[in-house]
Amino acid sequence: MAQGSTLDWQRIVADPRFQALHRKKTSFLWGLMVFSIVYYFLLPIGAAYFQDIYKIKVWGPVNVGLLFALSEFIVAWGIAFIYSRRANSEFDAMAGELIRDAEKIGGRQ
Amino acid sequence: MRRRHLAVLVVGAAAAAAVATPALAQGAVADKWRWLTFLVFGVIIASTMFVTFLAAKRVKSAADFYTAGGGVSGLQNGWAIAGDYLSAASFLGIAGLISLYGYDGFMYSVGWLVAYITVLLVIAEPCRNIGKYTLADILAYRNNPRATRIVGALSVITVSTFYLTAQMVGGGVLVKTLIGIDYEISVIVVGVLMLGYVLFGGMVATTWVQIIKAVLLVTASIILVMFVWVPYGFSFPSFLNAVVGDAKVQGQVALLLGDASRTMTPEQLGQRFLEPGLYFKAPIDQISLGMALVFGTAGLPHILMRFFTVPTAKEARKSVIWAMAIIGGFYVVTIFLGMGAAINVGAANIKLVDAGGNMAAPLLAQYVGGGADSLLGNLFLAFVAAVAFATIVAVVAGLVLAAASAIAHDLYVGVVRSNQEVTPQEQVKAARIATVAVGALAIGIGIAAKGQNVAHLVALAFAVAASANFPCVLLTLYWRRCNTGGIVLGMIVGTLTAIGLVLVSPNMTYPKVVKATAQGVVNAAPAREAKLAADLAAASDDATKAKLQKAIDGVAKDVVVAKANLDKFKNDETSIVGLEKPLFELRNPGLVSIPLGFLAVILGSLFYRDRRANDMWDELYARQNTGILAARAAAH
Repeated sequence: MAQGSTLDWQRIVADPRFQALHRKKTSFLWGLMVFSIVYYFLLPIGAAYFQDIYKIKVWGPVNVGLLFALSEFIVAWGIAFIYSRRANSEFDAMAGELIRDAEKIGGRQ
Repeated sequence: MRRRHLAVLVVGAAAAAAVATPALAQGAVADKWRWLTFLVFGVIIASTMFVTFLAAKRVKSAADFYTAGGGVSGLQNGWAIAGDYLSAASFLGIAGLISLYGYDGFMYSVGWLVAYITVLLVIAEPCRNIGKYTLADILAYRNNPRATRIVGALSVITVSTFYLTAQMVGGGVLVKTLIGIDYEISVIVVGVLMLGYVLFGGMVATTWVQIIKAVLLVTASIILVMFVWVPYGFSFPSFLNAVVGDAKVQGQVALLLGDASRTMTPEQLGQRFLEPGLYFKAPIDQISLGMALVFGTAGLPHILMRFFTVPTAKEARKSVIWAMAIIGGFYVVTIFLGMGAAINVGAANIKLVDAGGNMAAPLLAQYVGGGADSLLGNLFLAFVAAVAFATIVAVVAGLVLAAASAIAHDLYVGVVRSNQEVTPQEQVKAARIATVAVGALAIGIGIAAKGQNVAHLVALAFAVAASANFPCVLLTLYWRRCNTGGIVLGMIVGTLTAIGLVLVSPNMTYPKVVKATAQGVVNAAPAREAKLAADLAAASDDATKAKLQKAIDGVAKDVVVAKANLDKFKNDETSIVGLEKPLFELRNPGLVSIPLGFLAVILGSLFYRDRRANDMWDELYARQNTGILAARAAAH
């Protein structure tokens, strides 16, 4: 871990490009995180306290509860898709630029 | 030299299997078809052994041993994560829960997938960017290395041991239930095979064993779902209509609801199977369990370790995406496996082999292949049994590797010999010695814990991971003020509260309560019997008579069980921690212990001064976000 001392990390963190990456990632990631956790816990909470809604049949024997449970899978995959698309297209490019210029920004010469 | 060892090992495993043959008891597989099961097992074991043989040549350094030299691709790692994660408990257990309780079983499976959102968004990539081999590497980055390695390693060993015990005992019981091999011998065979993979092939072999297992599991599931769904033209409502209209399903719901079911029509009973509330009675308990799952997965050492095997953060991301596709796909189709077993095999027959429902998927396989007397049916059963066996070995291998790395890399190299240079040869040797020690321990615990109820140990492993490992890893990565004081306090408080709350929870056995219940059964038996006998005398048709006779036999059986319990706990009044009844009502401690774990990390950090943690923050934060240095190291 000692290799870190070759770079001035304070300057890298202070770099506007790092700050931009940090801002974008923070709001995006924690927003998705909070949404997914709330959406997940709605399922057991609903199953416990709103059973009458879960029992409403919508498609033959398929009821609201089953559709909600299935939607959890769709939402989880959806979040994975949304995140990976944004990370692949945007975050990776921004990080790549910082990796390329790390010596220039934080070099100690 | 190494090859000779491997040969000895193969001979040893074969000998153990040969010894097993005369000790056969009755399992789900009929005697006549046991050769087929052994043949399928043999093919799968031989292929994993061959992979280990190839891998053994590639393991030269500690990096090879712990992380396959970082040379695993995202796709491979995704399959390996699925193989590492889908334990027998989730593969057989959830299909079983759905087959017996319908909707609630399916709802339970959701949390296992949602857990990976946490892993994907905030854990996998930062860990890849700053970690090396173990969970404690992440903690030691900015905090006092010695102190955090000790607490980190202890927590990893604790979590792995709980999980390992559940797997070994569950595996022994499973193999016995399926093919009737003695419990002790199955534990030894599982242990020796796993040791072979890890010892000689390190992470390379472990990865491939996990990939092979995941591919087999997915293949088996797809085949079963095809067979179950084809009769309904791949229509979801038609399939569920068959479930609702099935007399066996209706009977199971009536049994679960008891008196409340008397006024319901058969149609209503069947529909009830698709509604919540047949399994989970206490909603708070389920929320608590959900918390442990969703946050615990991100703190499981054997899962975290998988992210060190890929070269870059991008590959780590790719591996979680693949893992989510495979794991999620698997859990979606468990609804067909479970409900397919409910309508084709029937809850009564499933419970006959295993009361917890674990045999639902294997019995379904036998049914769709043509039944207990057909070659195809038994081939399918053998295949699913072999997949279950491979599942245990693959999960156990991952766990042993995680525990061994904590001992050899964190405690030995990082703490005991922290002031000396440790050569690569010494590191690999230490890793191998630790592997043998943990493997032997796993076998020993597996045999010692025979007959114990270990189902709650998996939940406990998740609870400790969620309450100790997860807050520590998350806060050291994202909170500037986190430091050594917080990590040490968080690990201790998280681990101890999770374990402590389980020790005083309803999971433990309370002799006084058991005896009171048993005494009640014994006391009520004469009256129950008399009433049933009167009904029997008055009954006119044969079906009712048979039913009543069965109920009378049931009462007698209940009395035998109750008397056995009274006798078993004759001299006991309190649980192992000296309680007469549970102090804490939740079966899973997550709801309380996870917030406490976070609180401990926060308070510990605020009340401790640690310059290094503060000085290193910029470096850690820049690296975990960008992959500077990590990516460069991989490119060279």
